[in-house]
Amino acid sequence: MDIKVHVRESDDDAYVVELGGEIDVYTSPKVKDAITELIDQGHYNLVIDLEKVRYIDSTGLGVLIGGLKRVREHGGTVNLVCTNPQIKKIFDITGLVKIFGIFDDEAAAKKALA
Amino acid sequence: MNAPDFGTEHLGTVELRIPSKPEWVAVARLAVAAIANRLPFSVEEIEDLKLAIAEACTICIQQGTGIQTIDIMCDASVSQLRVEVRDDRYRTLGAIGGEKRPTMSVAEGEGLGIFLIQALMDNLEYNSDPKYGTELVMTKRVGA
Repeated sequence: MDIKVHVRESDDDAYVVELGGEIDVYTSPKVKDAITELIDQGHYNLVIDLEKVRYIDSTGLGVLIGGLKRVREHGGTVNLVCTNPQIKKIFDITGLVKIFGIFDDEAAAKKALA
Repeated sequence: MNAPDFGTEHLGTVELRIPSKPEWVAVARLAVAAIANRLPFSVEEIEDLKLAIAEACTICIQQGTGIQTIDIMCDASVSQLRVEVRDDRYRTLGAIGGEKRPTMSVAEGEGLGIFLIQALMDNLEYNSDPKYGTELVMTKRVGA
């Protein structure tokens, strides 16, 4: 059971949060901390890359929803990068595909922030 | 709780008890995946089961102040896997008052977890009460 969180600044004023591993009730606080820290620093346009995420549960979804709500209060947004069919299915059945922008690659996710 | 109706040939029962702590949920998830792998479930169905069982354990942890353990009982038959997840409070007190209490509706339930379980499994019974603890009984049929 592991989660890897890597945050980097993109060259177009966005921040990219690369996640890897499993996001569940044990690991989601670490993801929440990373996203909260970025927002607290005033970064409101985020790309969260889920390409290396093997598993996500409702607590992980809750962290992403919480982050989106906070950045929207400041006029920002959160776009996701995800091609894993099982994870996309979770977003689909929860209706979150209508809330988040979900893209096949980072370039498209960043372009949609602009 | 009524005796389970296996419908077809009963392959076996596996019981697992984990500490009621977030770091142990993955153990339940992986154990149920291994059990499901003994049945002719597709890879996608096994992924559904993993998520549903993890959500059930998470609900027990989040709703159960002061609980110590969570029991996961898997009844495997040729055509389905029935999984019972209950916290230790339900195990000791739920049996006393549980039969009189109606099954909690999803509308009364908590958030995305219950919604996901209902979407991913073929059947769900959900009982949760601060006094009597939490129990989720769910079934996944092969190829449904």
